[in-house]
Amino acid sequence: MRPPDASFIRRCMKRYYFERFDMIELPSDMPKREFGFRRADSGMVRHLQLHDSADLRVLLLQAVPLEVYVSNARYLLPSQPIPEKVWEDAHLIFDIDAKDLDLECRPSHTVASCERCGHGTSGPCERCGHRGIRKTSVACPSCMRAAGDQADRLLDILADDLGVREGVRVYFSGNEGFHVHVHDEQLARLGAAERVELADYVAFRGMLPERLGVARDGASSLPRPSEGGWRGRFAREVLGSKAGRSRTAREISSGGYDAFARRVEGMTSGLGVRIDPGVTMDVHRIFRMPGTVNGKSGMAKVPCADLKRFDPYVSAVVFSDEPVHIRASCPVSFRMMKRRFGPYANEYVRVPAYAAAYMVCKGLAHVVE
Amino acid sequence: MAVLGHLELAKYPFLADAGGYLRECGFTLEQLADDQDLKPIRDQAFARVAAAVDEGKVYRPSIETGSQLPREVFSFLLAVVLLKMSGARHLAKKFAMQEARGAEMLLERDLGRARTASQVLLATEIIRDLSGMGIQKQEEHFVVPVPEYLRRAVTFHAREWKLINRRVESGLVYLTPHETVRLIRQELVNYIVSRIEGAAMPPPVPGLQGFAGQLSAMEARLRPKTVVSSGEFAPCVKHAAKTMADGDNLSHAGRFLLATFLLARGHSISDIVPYFEKAPDYKKSVTLYQLEHLAGKSGKGTAYRCQSCQKLKTLGLCHEIPECAGIVNPLQFGVGR
Repeated sequence: MRPPDASFIRRCMKRYYFERFDMIELPSDMPKREFGFRRADSGMVRHLQLHDSADLRVLLLQAVPLEVYVSNARYLLPSQPIPEKVWEDAHLIFDIDAKDLDLECRPSHTVASCERCGHGTSGPCERCGHRGIRKTSVACPSCMRAAGDQADRLLDILADDLGVREGVRVYFSGNEGFHVHVHDEQLARLGAAERVELADYVAFRGMLPERLGVARDGASSLPRPSEGGWRGRFAREVLGSKAGRSRTAREISSGGYDAFARRVEGMTSGLGVRIDPGVTMDVHRIFRMPGTVNGKSGMAKVPCADLKRFDPYVSAVVFSDEPVHIRASCPVSFRMMKRRFGPYANEYVRVPAYAAAYMVCKGLAHVVE
Repeated sequence: MAVLGHLELAKYPFLADAGGYLRECGFTLEQLADDQDLKPIRDQAFARVAAAVDEGKVYRPSIETGSQLPREVFSFLLAVVLLKMSGARHLAKKFAMQEARGAEMLLERDLGRARTASQVLLATEIIRDLSGMGIQKQEEHFVVPVPEYLRRAVTFHAREWKLINRRVESGLVYLTPHETVRLIRQELVNYIVSRIEGAAMPPPVPGLQGFAGQLSAMEARLRPKTVVSSGEFAPCVKHAAKTMADGDNLSHAGRFLLATFLLARGHSISDIVPYFEKAPDYKKSVTLYQLEHLAGKSGKGTAYRCQSCQKLKTLGLCHEIPECAGIVNPLQFGVGR
């Protein structure tokens, strides 16, 4: 990030953290958490211990980090290196990111630009000759709806199958996805291997045909829609009507066990929840702290009580609407705070600080000094 | 603790308080060792341990008549004494395993036959005593909370034990009696091992020295087998190495796999560095630092292990081929015993 851009983002953040510190959700057992942060001009700093909100306030207002992270784990010694921290537990987190959903709309709102100078290009930069290209996705409501649908499916599985109805909190990640935090004492004690199983469960990964009533010897008794768990979900979403059941039964008898197994394996992405398993299984990760700003977008990680009505491009916008003069190269238009911005073809424009910060954080604009 | 009758003690003698049981029955260790009338118990105790050496030979207690019940408990307790006297630790583990298998069959039968509330309570309490796992009966199944199931099932490699392949509703996993008992097999073995290891060293009893000597000789025959490796890389590792060689970006988990696999196969750090040289973000100093960390040569000295096949599948790094059949970790690829 160029110094004037970093300075602008830093000012926005400092003001936000000063005026709206109440937006930040402090973790329970704060002294047992590991904190970390990253500034625009430096690498990651982690293994920090903060004792209370005053410590955090000092960190935010003095270091003014671009990103602030906190562990889902509790440790006896959070400021020590990982092998020496003495892990106690970690609440479960699922990460859903729109970029992992392979949506058709994706290319239409992805901008390719030169890594070095930011000039819009799909090959070697015509302006500076640099070969590195950065691909940036710009705000897309349909991507967010799709990610929200995934989060909704996850909540159903957590409640119906895993019996977790209390202590589940959904957050907009601040960029293009959702973090689902599960505060359950028993699940929090699970290690990485057990979390792999939970990740596979919600993602519908590894299902055996036998579990769906299809055996190697050809016998089949397909699940009924009224059944619970994945059997019921499979019956409702894949078999559907009576005709659908008969068709599937015919396919099984003609194609056999192996063909059905391949078909079930191919359904993982369509039927399961598209989570990032690496996040769920990691018991030592530090996550963006709720209420803090995401340095990739200038929007905040905020709680999301109603996924159907949630509009991240309103609820997560935390910077002011003071006009800022920028030079924008954003060939895709986007909406924030119910206003449309762009497309901009290397233009000098005045936009509200929140939209300027969004484009600057995405590398699609530079602040004019 | 479950309150056990003579029948339960005969089936699960490892749950008995050894000293208390002998006192209650009015016996001493010397009597068990020397009394000619008690020779069948001594023979049975020895046979019980000897059976454990023959793989797959499970001891089945005689519990059909009431008079045989104390003999089952005595023979178990005496078998423990013989193992302690012989100092045969491998044999003790094998014995524990075979006793556990026997108990497993009986426990499965007890769970399957439990119809009345008191029968269900007794069977479930025995399981709780042995493993700490809380189970309940629902319809024809036994149910276990998801976290309790996962803690145990993750050690199993068959896909049928994956959570996705179980009936899971409202936070509970539904199991048959057979599955319930299979789930706690290792804890059953550990429980019996802990009873053997925790038993006090008996005083030298001449009448038992002969048996103990024979067990020591059996122990000597239990030699570890030689491991032979073809040296071939698992396909997932080959894929990771090729991705790096092609200069493509390999995920963090993929790099972890490649590095930990090579380290575990005995490659030196300087031999491994070239594998990463074509990475788009390659920096020698960073690579060296990370390899040293993985090898346990920096930090606290923890050497990291190669991920399991299951974890690699979840991470999308598995490239299974038919030769992978039966392995659970890439390091086992091409390894024969």
